[in-house]
Amino acid sequence: MRSTDLGFRVGIGVFAAALLLIVVAIGVSLANDSSLSLQRFGLNFWRTSDWNPVAGEFGALPFIWGTLYSSVLALLIATPVALGIAVFISELCPSMLRAPLIFLTELLAAIPSIVYGLWGIFVLVPAVRKFELMIGAAPLGVGMLAGALILAVMVVPFTSAVAREVLKTVPMTQREAAYALGATRFEAIRAAMFYARTGIIGAVMLGFGRALGETMAVTMVIGNNPQVSLSLFAPQYTMAAVLANEFTEAANALYLSALIEIGLVLFIITLAVNVLSRGLIWSMARS
Amino acid sequence: MMMRTIVSALFVGACAVAVVLALVPLAFVLFFVVSQGVQSLNADFFLHNPRPVGEAGGGMANAIVGTLMLTGLAAAMAVPIGILSGVYLSEFRGTRFSSAVRFAADTLNGVPSIVIGVFAYAAVVLPLGHFSTLAGGFALGVMMIPIIARTTEELLLLVPHALREGALALGATRARAVFTVIVPAALPGIITGVVLALARIAGETAPLLFTSFNNAFFSTSLTQPISSITVQVFTYAISPYEDWHRQAWAGALVLVTIVLICSMAARLAAARVARIRGQL
Repeated sequence: MRSTDLGFRVGIGVFAAALLLIVVAIGVSLANDSSLSLQRFGLNFWRTSDWNPVAGEFGALPFIWGTLYSSVLALLIATPVALGIAVFISELCPSMLRAPLIFLTELLAAIPSIVYGLWGIFVLVPAVRKFELMIGAAPLGVGMLAGALILAVMVVPFTSAVAREVLKTVPMTQREAAYALGATRFEAIRAAMFYARTGIIGAVMLGFGRALGETMAVTMVIGNNPQVSLSLFAPQYTMAAVLANEFTEAANALYLSALIEIGLVLFIITLAVNVLSRGLIWSMARS
Repeated sequence: MMMRTIVSALFVGACAVAVVLALVPLAFVLFFVVSQGVQSLNADFFLHNPRPVGEAGGGMANAIVGTLMLTGLAAAMAVPIGILSGVYLSEFRGTRFSSAVRFAADTLNGVPSIVIGVFAYAAVVLPLGHFSTLAGGFALGVMMIPIIARTTEELLLLVPHALREGALALGATRARAVFTVIVPAALPGIITGVVLALARIAGETAPLLFTSFNNAFFSTSLTQPISSITVQVFTYAISPYEDWHRQAWAGALVLVTIVLICSMAARLAAARVARIRGQL
C-alpha cells in the first residue's frame, strides 16, 4: 500500500471510528448517569409499580409494561396489514401501480410523529371516546387502545418495506416451481413466504423495535397514567412517554438518574431487538 | 379444486384490503392537516412570534428560524462524518472494522430518538449547565449520521467499476480517485439522501424536548434554548386553548409540506439518475 493510500485510509477511518464511538458513548454515558438509581434500587426498580417522585418512590414496572403491551398490540394489528401490503406490492399489483404505492407507504413513514400525535388528540381520541360510550366503557378516549392504534399505523410502513425487500430475494424459481405443480396464486405466494420466513420474522421484529421507542404520538394519546393493566381502555404510560413528560421536571439527582435508567433500559431493549432482527434479515439475504 | 381457487381469490382480496387499510389513515391525516392547517396558516404565522393566550394573531417565526438553525447545525455535524464514513464503508469493505462500523450505523439507526435526546442531555446540556441550540443540533446530528453513512455507502457501490479502474490506471492515488471521480459520480444520489435525512430530522420532536427545549422569544443564540416548529406544535397541542390548537395545525401543515416537497424532489431526482444511468 502506498503511503498516501494509508493516509487516506486512516484519514477517513477516523470519521468511521466516530460513528462507532457514538454508539459506545451512548451506552456508557447512560449507564454512568443512572448509577445513582441503579445502586439505590437495584432490580426493585423494575419490580415495583409505585411512581411518586415527590415522595421518593420510583417503581418503573408500569412503564416497561406499557411499552411492551402497546408495542405487542400494535404489532398484532400492524403485522397482517404490513405483510398484506408487501405481498400486494411485490407479487400481485400491476407494475403501473407499484411505484405510486411504494411512494404512498413511504409517505406514511415520513409523516412526523408529532403530526400523528396532533391528529391522535383531535381526531382519533374523540373517535375512541365515541366507541367507548357505545360499548359502555368509561369514555376517556385516551388510553391503551388509542396508543396501540396510532403505533400500528406508524409501524406498518417499516415492516412492509423490509418484508418487500425480503420477498424480492426469493428466487423466481420458487414461485415457478409452485405454479408448475398446479398451485394457485395463494399457494405459490405461501411457498415464497415460507421460503422467506426468517427474513419476514426479521421484518416484523424491526417493526417491534420501532414501536418500542416511538415517543411523541404515543405520549399524546396513551393517557400517561402509570398503572399495570390489561384493559384496552385504561390510560397507561410508556418508557418513552415518561421521559418526554418528566425529564425537564426532574428536580433532584435521584429523580433524574431514575429517568436516565429508564432511557438506558429502553436503549438496551431496542438494541437487542434490532440486533436480532438484523441478524435474521442478514442470514436470509446471505442464503 | 373449487375450494382452492376461492381461497386464493380471498387471499388476493385480503391483500388489496390491507393496502386500503394503510392508506385510509394516511388520507385521514393528510385531510385533517390540510383542512385545519389552511384555515390558520397566514403571513403572520411566518412573520410574528407567539403571542400570549387571549391575544389574537401571532405566529411561529422564532420556531421556524429555530428549526432552520437546529437542522443546519445537525447537517454541519452529520454531513462530513456521514459521507466520509460512507466512503470508508464502501472503499474498505470486508474488513472487521468496517463490519463493526456498519453494524454501529444500523444500531444507531434503531435507537429511539428520545434516547438520543437523553444522551445529548448527558453529553452537552449537563456540561454546559443549561439547554441550548447546540445540544439540540447535536442530538439531531447524531440521528442523521447513520442515515447519511448508509445511503452514501449504497450509492458509491453503484458507481461502475470501470470509472475507478480508469482513474487508478492514470496513476491517481486512491484518495484522488475517490474524491475526484467516484464520489462526484454518486453525488446527485448522495445529495438526495442528505435532503431526505434533513426532512426526517426537521420533523423530530423527542430529541429536542430536553436539549434545545423551547423559547417564547426570537433567538439565534447557540448557547441559549431555542424554539422549534415541532416542540411548539407539541406545546400548543396539549394546551387547552382553541387559538393555540389552530397554531398547532398550521405548524403541522408546514411540517408535512416540508416532508412532501423533500420526498417528491428526492423521487424525481432518483428517477432522473436512473434515466441517466440507463443512457450510459
